[in-house]
Amino acid sequence: MIGLTQVYALAGLVFAGFAVMSLRDAANPRRRRNALFWGLFALSFLAGDRLGDLGNGVLVLVMALTAALGLGRSGTGTDDAGARAASARAHGLRLFLPALLVPVIVLAGSLGVRHGGAAAAVLVDPKQATLVSLSLAALVVAALSVRLFRQPVLSPLTEGLRLADTVGWMALLPQMLAALGAVFALAGVGAVVGETVTRVFPMDTRLAAVAVYCLGMAGFTVLMGNAFAAFPVMTAGVALPILVKVYGGDPAAICAIGMLSGFCGTLLTPLAANFNLAPAALLDLDDRYAVIRAQAPTAFVLLIVNTVLMHVLAFPAHP
Amino acid sequence: MGPMLVLLGVLLVVAGFAVGLNPLLVVLASALATGLAAGLSPLEVLAAFGKAFNENRYVSAAWLILPVIGVLERSGLQEAARGLIGRLKSVTFARLMLAYLLFRQATAALGLTSIAGQTQTIRPIIAPMAEAARAAETGVAEVAPAEVQRVRAFAAGTDNIGLFFGEDIFLAIGSILLMVGFLEQNGITVEPLHLSVWAIPTAIAAFLVHGARILMFGRRGRRP
Repeated sequence: MIGLTQVYALAGLVFAGFAVMSLRDAANPRRRRNALFWGLFALSFLAGDRLGDLGNGVLVLVMALTAALGLGRSGTGTDDAGARAASARAHGLRLFLPALLVPVIVLAGSLGVRHGGAAAAVLVDPKQATLVSLSLAALVVAALSVRLFRQPVLSPLTEGLRLADTVGWMALLPQMLAALGAVFALAGVGAVVGETVTRVFPMDTRLAAVAVYCLGMAGFTVLMGNAFAAFPVMTAGVALPILVKVYGGDPAAICAIGMLSGFCGTLLTPLAANFNLAPAALLDLDDRYAVIRAQAPTAFVLLIVNTVLMHVLAFPAHP
Repeated sequence: MGPMLVLLGVLLVVAGFAVGLNPLLVVLASALATGLAAGLSPLEVLAAFGKAFNENRYVSAAWLILPVIGVLERSGLQEAARGLIGRLKSVTFARLMLAYLLFRQATAALGLTSIAGQTQTIRPIIAPMAEAARAAETGVAEVAPAEVQRVRAFAAGTDNIGLFFGEDIFLAIGSILLMVGFLEQNGITVEPLHLSVWAIPTAIAAFLVHGARILMFGRRGRRP
């Protein structure tokens, strides 16, 4: 059965390819450091399950310190604007076909496994259908594009490394924040924050309680980087005992709108690095927080909208 | 004090990000402080962090898409996207962004969250198109560098907003399943459908609010 193991093996090979390309890259003065960073990424994906917990801890420690010293930018990809423009003229709209093929394969793969019955479930792990399809799409479409547009055989690695070095150390941050979330959970940080919120803020009117829940979901999400971490704490602390039990609210409406209030927090926090910081690096933005700044007005207005919606819609028995 | 000590890690993260220290080191320091406050030894913290890091590898598996996007960029995809907008005079920045927001919300509401995204759509296609549209409507050959940065950040934000306020309409998305499971543990049975219909009012509000901001953004500096 194709599942996470095969996806991780493929990712490990790609990162190993990045490491080799980095090492051979004379244009990058920090090529050894880059090679070490991507090599350790490859080791994690290829052999992470055999390293043991402490081994993985040492691995991520060395990766983070290497990256924090500063990585270089590769010179492996082409920077030839003239060649790109000529290729764009020669191939025209055909260039969009592979780009559209990626979502088509992802769609067909995940729907096929979901509705393909037992046969498909034997072939692909249903829980990982999307990730497996995305990996397959990445592999097939890269090969197809090399052929279609007559690019060098190694260009997926050299051009992939060019993008990876644009992202740089930021490529590691989302996974590290996910691990930090696990340490927070282990130490019971969520429960302490939840208790503090419910003790400090008065909830003697329905509107006040609704506001504490919605703003609390957003604020907690900003601190934890993830609405999923905030939801159980805030819902057990505020929504169920007060909004549902005391004020007779509809639990479905309260939870759904509460979760969406948490999403407003996700738009505001650097701790949601894969959504907010990695794109800023990928798009070559000077301001690390530019995407958050672009999202903030929408997030604040929607947070107020959510609070009003919950107050108006979630209490059908006591309008 | 006692249990409040575990909040030290949260404070470290907030302070570290606020003063602009390298986030990787901030995360390591915060994990160490949190673990020590919870009574673990430094080696135990390192092991717990390593275990969680290994279990969350799927987060970084998303970078598998980089090689194919790299090849397409080398073949001129960004230039082709710019050229297409240059020929379609009726496509303004605002129309492009509104259409993308609607597309992202609608497909996410059908559970198709992975068919678009920052790496596969915004960087190679939508951001170059948005820059070309701004150039055409403000009457310049190339958009000024500061405006390029604003346009790109706005396009990236539009992708996130479309995704976040579309996906919860889908029944089988992670957050809906989390809510169903959590309520079940607390003795409340809720159908996924009941949760997902309550995501619709906010989804509409998100389209209206962000749509209005798109129109305002597009109106700045336009040629009369």
